Amino acid sequence: MALIELAGIERVFRLGDADVHALAGIDLSIDSGEYVAIMGQSGSGKSTMLNLLGLLDRPNTGTYHLEGRDVTTLSPDEQAAVRSRRIGFVFQSFHLVPRLTAAENIALPMSLAGIPPAERDRRVAKALKDFGLDNRADHRPDELSGGQRQRVAIARATIMHPALLLADEPTGNLDRATGEEVIHLLETLNQSGVTLIIVTHDHNLGARAARHLVMEDGRLTSDSRRPASADFSS
Amino acid sequence: MRTRDVLRFARDAGAGYPLRTSLSILAMAIGVAAVVVLTALGDGARRYVVAQFTSLGTNLVIVIPGRTATGGFNPANTITRTPRDLTVEDAAAVLRLPGVQRASPLAAGNSEISVGGRLREVLAIGVAQPYVEIRNFQLQQGTFIPDMDWSRTLPVAVIGAKLREELFPGQAAVGQFMRVGDRRVRIIGVLKPSGQGLGMNTDELVFLPVALAQALFDSNTLFRILVEARSRNHIEGVKQEVATLLKARHGGEEDVTVITQDAMLATFDKLLRALTAAVAGIAAISLAVAGILVMNVMLVAVTQRTGEIGLLKALGAEARTIRHAFLAEAGMLSLFGAIAGYLLGQLATFALRQAYPAYPAYAPDWAVAAALVTALTTGLLFGIMPAQRAARMDPVQALMKH
Ligand SMILES: Nc1ncnc2c1ncn2[C@@H]1O[C@H](COP(=O)(O)OP(=O)(O)OP(=O)(O)O)[C@@H](O)[C@H]1O
Ligand SMILES: [Mg+2]
Repeated sequence: MALIELAGIERVFRLGDADVHALAGIDLSIDSGEYVAIMGQSGSGKSTMLNLLGLLDRPNTGTYHLEGRDVTTLSPDEQAAVRSRRIGFVFQSFHLVPRLTAAENIALPMSLAGIPPAERDRRVAKALKDFGLDNRADHRPDELSGGQRQRVAIARATIMHPALLLADEPTGNLDRATGEEVIHLLETLNQSGVTLIIVTHDHNLGARAARHLVMEDGRLTSDSRRPASADFSS
Repeated sequence: MRTRDVLRFARDAGAGYPLRTSLSILAMAIGVAAVVVLTALGDGARRYVVAQFTSLGTNLVIVIPGRTATGGFNPANTITRTPRDLTVEDAAAVLRLPGVQRASPLAAGNSEISVGGRLREVLAIGVAQPYVEIRNFQLQQGTFIPDMDWSRTLPVAVIGAKLREELFPGQAAVGQFMRVGDRRVRIIGVLKPSGQGLGMNTDELVFLPVALAQALFDSNTLFRILVEARSRNHIEGVKQEVATLLKARHGGEEDVTVITQDAMLATFDKLLRALTAAVAGIAAISLAVAGILVMNVMLVAVTQRTGEIGLLKALGAEARTIRHAFLAEAGMLSLFGAIAGYLLGQLATFALRQAYPAYPAYAPDWAVAAALVTALTTGLLFGIMPAQRAARMDPVQALMKH
């Protein structure tokens, strides 16, 4: 069964008198566990697409089924619950809360979901270890390097064991080597079963994904799959 | 989100902006402290006046020459000129009334005293023996004016403690002679210091037998008749009896005013309570101002943390959670402000009491409670709007602001 099923999605922004079709006639199906890169010119609608997939935005028309459930008709709080349990976000600018430590940032989705402190501590400790942040637990974001910050953000995005991981230019603010490291981390998560969708400008990064979506003026112009046998280290 | 986590999140958020947070806490604290201090001053004035009145004696009924239309107590009466003399005989007649426990005539006038060439202007009070019991005075040395015929001009005097120190420093006063006006009197007693008594400092008075004082002032009239009713229940009856008696004695003319200590006390009490409530109201305005400041601070916080609000939504926070987090922050600003203001106010009133021990500057409990409750409710009330604004924010728009 498809994890994501989009049918006839339109997203129109009104700018003065003009309508901007950020998404137009999108039909798309993504299976559980896929690794998808979305590419395209600036302004082609990639971020709008990702926001829609992450239930941060609603389409003007069309339906979105996530795990077989029509999520376009859910109330804001029901959508919040789906984001909490099923979706993780990784942002270009990390979006860490500056006054909270690395550990507290990672624990934030669990606090919001009302998970008991003992369970939170257990999961945070494991995540810190898994993401190589053991000795950075009590550091605030401004005491961390860019790569460390993004690793904290990824740990936070995955701490609730989501089915879907959405990353908008996750390496945009990182140097090449650190970017590779972060991508490698995301790919490892994908290999453990999480569906990974990355928006990127970087063709080298995009090429690593098993499936490439190319957008142009709000439309999907290309949807290609790499043969499954291809190796990941390119 | 668990309540404890909401509170911790709000606390950390407030602590993240120490200057802004401490300024709004300070504003709230000043508001609460203002209520505490101002009502302490107002209620202190009330307690002070009540204490002064009570020190006059208990179950008191006071006869004042002159008549007011309403018969109620009016401070202006106390200086009304006498239309018809109030006499020692009137006082003696009052003493014979059934509900009366004690009564004393009271004549007052300025007089010059001299001891060993030292001259001093004093207020001389002519009274009878019951006066010492009515006023509940204690003697330091000697005895009070003896129980005798009120028309006797026995040349004796009882002086206040301060006067004794001035006139007879370091020596016994009892048994000494002094000159009062043109009379030579023997000092038979010294009062213990009290300092009480509505304007007249008893420590600086000279007490003489009433007839002697009247002879000295060359006047037959009394300044007051002080009456002590047998009990609290007798006060109203005695008041009526005295009024009827004196009307009869004065040829059917109602030319005296009979007031009860209770009535005076009640009037002043009411007046000063109203004053305290009024200053509390004025001080409460500063609490409203502080509430608006909290709202302002929270609006700034919402704008400043827009990106964070977007993030919280992306991480699955419900609108309710975000509203609660911001409300909790506003509530904490108010709470800490209220606590700080309470402590500040208590400290200030403590300092006041240290500086003026006679002045009981204690904030009434109702004022303290009202200040704290008002601080919290204004803080929360003014916190609702910013919290709503945060909760309603569009997550995509919010995330773009970073
Ligand atoms: N809130 C908005 N109001 C109006 N127009 C918007 C809004 N958000 C996006 N758009 C428009 O929708 C189109 C797609 O925007 P989107 O941000 O999805 O592009 P993008 O592919 O992510 O671009 P980039 O690579 O620069 O991030 C653009 O023309 C943009 O101007
Ligand atoms: Mg974009």
